[in-house]
Amino acid sequence: MNIVLNGETYKTDGPLTIGRLLFHLDIDRRRIAVEHNMNVIKKSHYDSTIVNSGDAIEVVNFIGGG
Amino acid sequence: MPESLLTIADKSFSSRLIVGSGKYLTNDLMVQALEASGAEMVTVAVRRVNLADRSTGSLLDYIDTSRYFLLPNTAGCYSADDAVRTARLGREAGLSNWVKLEVIGDEKTLFPDNEALVEATRILVKEGFVVLPYTNDDPITCRKLENEGAAAVMPLGAPIGSGLGIQNPNNIQIIKAASNVPVIVDAGVGTASDAAIAMELGIDGVLMNTGIAGADNPVEMAEAMKLSVKAGRLAYLAGRIPRKMYATASSPIDGIVGS
Repeated sequence: MNIVLNGETYKTDGPLTIGRLLFHLDIDRRRIAVEHNMNVIKKSHYDSTIVNSGDAIEVVNFIGGG
Repeated sequence: MPESLLTIADKSFSSRLIVGSGKYLTNDLMVQALEASGAEMVTVAVRRVNLADRSTGSLLDYIDTSRYFLLPNTAGCYSADDAVRTARLGREAGLSNWVKLEVIGDEKTLFPDNEALVEATRILVKEGFVVLPYTNDDPITCRKLENEGAAAVMPLGAPIGSGLGIQNPNNIQIIKAASNVPVIVDAGVGTASDAAIAMELGIDGVLMNTGIAGADNPVEMAEAMKLSVKAGRLAYLAGRIPRKMYATASSPIDGIVGS
């Protein structure tokens, strides 16, 4: 299935949790934040929140800024 | 002489200088400049993780969060909705509910959109954020921001990254006189004297990024800024002499040889 990940189409084998998606992406969950269909997801909900076909996911972190 | 603390909301900082983490050539240079600045609060931006290139690592690999308090910003947001969304993400990515709120109204000047800024402040304060809005040097907007619950107001000294110094010191003083929350001059500082001039106006602190990161030697400029913020604060507390049109002799006029 396809999801929209950081604005781009991303293929997955099927529905999966945000925790599983981050694992696939090799992203350390401590240093990021995730938005699922415009809602910020708490870290404690990563493993219970399911990403379905067509969902929009944003994964952000901190970079240098003023 | 003991320096008084900068207190914003429920936190106190021994440095009145707040620095940004952007525009450094390398992360190592940034770390050295942070150290030299003596700052305890550091602004960071919230951006999409680069999924194509993960080699650069996280900024948090470099900034010691036990030493520096991170202040996520909403830089690059042009609407209240985007700023609120970014603030919520920053809160989840970070360790606190503080946000440097920016709602930009124009690409060329990066001046804030006051109306949207006040609206975003209202929303975020209701959600429990400690909101530090970057604003025009406009006393009325600052009053509105304070009324909406902003924990500080951060008027610009000059456009972001311009290095022009404090363009309207009178407005900054009016803002300080009218505010019941800390006033931080945010943006426009080009060199050490600009920071000192800002602090001599009696404001509570200065926030800068480009003035340090863009200098030929950012580490030395960071130290210069540390000293100038302190010097400006001390001069303000010491109370400067009045300006006069004509000279007043420093040496006694009695007992001059040949008189």
